[in-house]
Amino acid sequence: MRIIVCIKSVPSTVEVQFHPETKTLMRDQVASTINPFDLYAIEEALRLVEAHGGNVTVLTMGPPQAEQQLRDALAMGCDEAILLSSPAFAGADTWATAYTLAAAIRQLGPCDLVLCGKQAIDGDTGQVGPGIANHLGWPQITYVSRIRSVDPTNGRIVAERLLEEGTEVVEARLPALLTVLKDINTPRDPNPRLLRRARRAEIPVWDESALRGVDKRFLGLSGSPTQVVRVFSPPRREGEIKWVTGGSPEEIAEHLAEHLHREGLI
Amino acid sequence: MAWLVIDTERCIGCGACLEACLYGALALEGSIAVVNERCTACGACLPVCPVEALSLPSQAATHAEAPISPAEARGVWVWVEQFQGRAASISWEMMGVGRRLADALQVPLTACVFGYSVGSIAREAIAYGADRVFLADDVTLAAYRTAPYAHLLTALAREHRPEILLLGASARGRDLAGAVATHLHTGLTADCTGLDIEETTRRLLQTRPAYGGNIMATIITPNHRPQMATVRHRVFEVPVPDWERHGEIISVTARLLEEEEIVTKVLDFIPSSEEVNLAEARIIVSGGAGVGGPEGFSVLRDLANVLGAALGASRAAVDAGWIPYAHQVGQTGRTVRPDLYIACGISGAIQHRAGMGTSKVIVAINKDPEAPIFDIATYGIVGDLFEIVPALTAHLRHRLRR
Repeated sequence: MRIIVCIKSVPSTVEVQFHPETKTLMRDQVASTINPFDLYAIEEALRLVEAHGGNVTVLTMGPPQAEQQLRDALAMGCDEAILLSSPAFAGADTWATAYTLAAAIRQLGPCDLVLCGKQAIDGDTGQVGPGIANHLGWPQITYVSRIRSVDPTNGRIVAERLLEEGTEVVEARLPALLTVLKDINTPRDPNPRLLRRARRAEIPVWDESALRGVDKRFLGLSGSPTQVVRVFSPPRREGEIKWVTGGSPEEIAEHLAEHLHREGLI
Repeated sequence: MAWLVIDTERCIGCGACLEACLYGALALEGSIAVVNERCTACGACLPVCPVEALSLPSQAATHAEAPISPAEARGVWVWVEQFQGRAASISWEMMGVGRRLADALQVPLTACVFGYSVGSIAREAIAYGADRVFLADDVTLAAYRTAPYAHLLTALAREHRPEILLLGASARGRDLAGAVATHLHTGLTADCTGLDIEETTRRLLQTRPAYGGNIMATIITPNHRPQMATVRHRVFEVPVPDWERHGEIISVTARLLEEEEIVTKVLDFIPSSEEVNLAEARIIVSGGAGVGGPEGFSVLRDLANVLGAALGASRAAVDAGWIPYAHQVGQTGRTVRPDLYIACGISGAIQHRAGMGTSKVIVAINKDPEAPIFDIATYGIVGDLFEIVPALTAHLRHRLRR
């Protein structure tokens, strides 16, 4: 079976702060990394092709430097990588990103499954996966905690998804798109024997001219329905910490209960 | 090479773009903004420049025509999520904020109720503030599935052209919103924590956290309709239902997919215990590395039972295999916003704080007085959780007579 994994290059930490006086972001040279949720998608794809045969293509849209995250994915065992990169894609919101990734997936030819992480840790939207599925007209199964079975011959997949009230078991027709949770597996480390190959691999860079049938008006910033108008630091939590003390655990418990009672919490 | 182009003739060196950049890719050199290789060309800086000195040059000058234009779109809609015939509380939170937005715009509020034998939910929706309900009651809609729900909501929105469509940021809400926004070709803002109307333009100002809550962004959808947003649990109050309110219930079963056209099936549902519904919980008792093992969680479970609370955990506890992932709070788990969060033996790493930092009251119990969790706690107790928590459980059991 053929599986395409969509990944995102994200900052390795989301700990960003504004300088209180200059109001600028205080960020040291932050390295980029594969979005943590996407590692589970890569791992699941590799396991599926190990069980059923086939190959894994890893796909990202981003600036030229995102190539490094594709090499990291190749070092885990993915067979092929494609970088979607062009000034025309720049500034894309989730709609335009999903539109572009879907066009690339169509371009890559027949495939059984697209896997994505449930969301990226920088934007935190979780919208690109469903966006791709619906641009392609494929079924989606989001928040997958386990794939129970895949039957590429009959084109069926059964997966468990984690909802607020419990776990739902869903069957879908292939090709389908799944977004996966951390619970699904433990990602492997890069394989030392693959590092050299990953470093040397030719990674095709596709721009808008490589994507057949895309409407250029739907790409990048100008193709994005949403606009960011303001970015600001979140309000700080108000008030100082109140230390709850006492001569014994029982006394501390009583003092805390008093506070919670006064706050109307118990 | 950065793609962002800075017009040095226009730049006045105000630094507004530095503040907007999420990647630290902009700096001031002399009195001119300069961009470095960290630029990802995300475009966040473009709208903040007061003199339009920033551009991504390859961008087409005109926006594609939107399928539903702002001029013709009117009304505020809320999708009412239900599970096994019961409305999710987040749906009524949406009705509360939806009512406020509809009143500000002086338009009706419409609820979309889809399911099987859910007529009573339609009447509830009116009590919670809807002027009109689109009710689709059909066996194909019994359990939530993306395709039939998205098909129906998309068709209704195309026909009736709302200006705003709100959904709860639950698993189902986010699943559905992503599908519908794609088909309607409109903007969708995920996980909002603030929604307001800009009076002069009728635009919806959608404020949301990003970067694990380290940054807030306000987002608009200027040219496409409906303006779609998913909204986090427990941000907005559930309004007091008024059972005397009148409203119109319109049956919309004509627009459904046939079962044969739907390529997914729900085969089974395995309910989790009540203690896991973290998103809706008013109180959460949560444990971290300091809990020491799976048996340690029984101490926390006792406290949770007395309080009627959900049981949470830090990544450390989940990764150690002490408690299932469904309990995990934090960046790679769930984001929660309870009235009371009791953190037991949790150091409070940034990734954990990202998932619970907006809880109304935080109690931290930790042996280490330097633990970062105390930086955001309302009440702090330095001590052994295995002494404090059982004492608290005993005291509350007595006090609450449970």
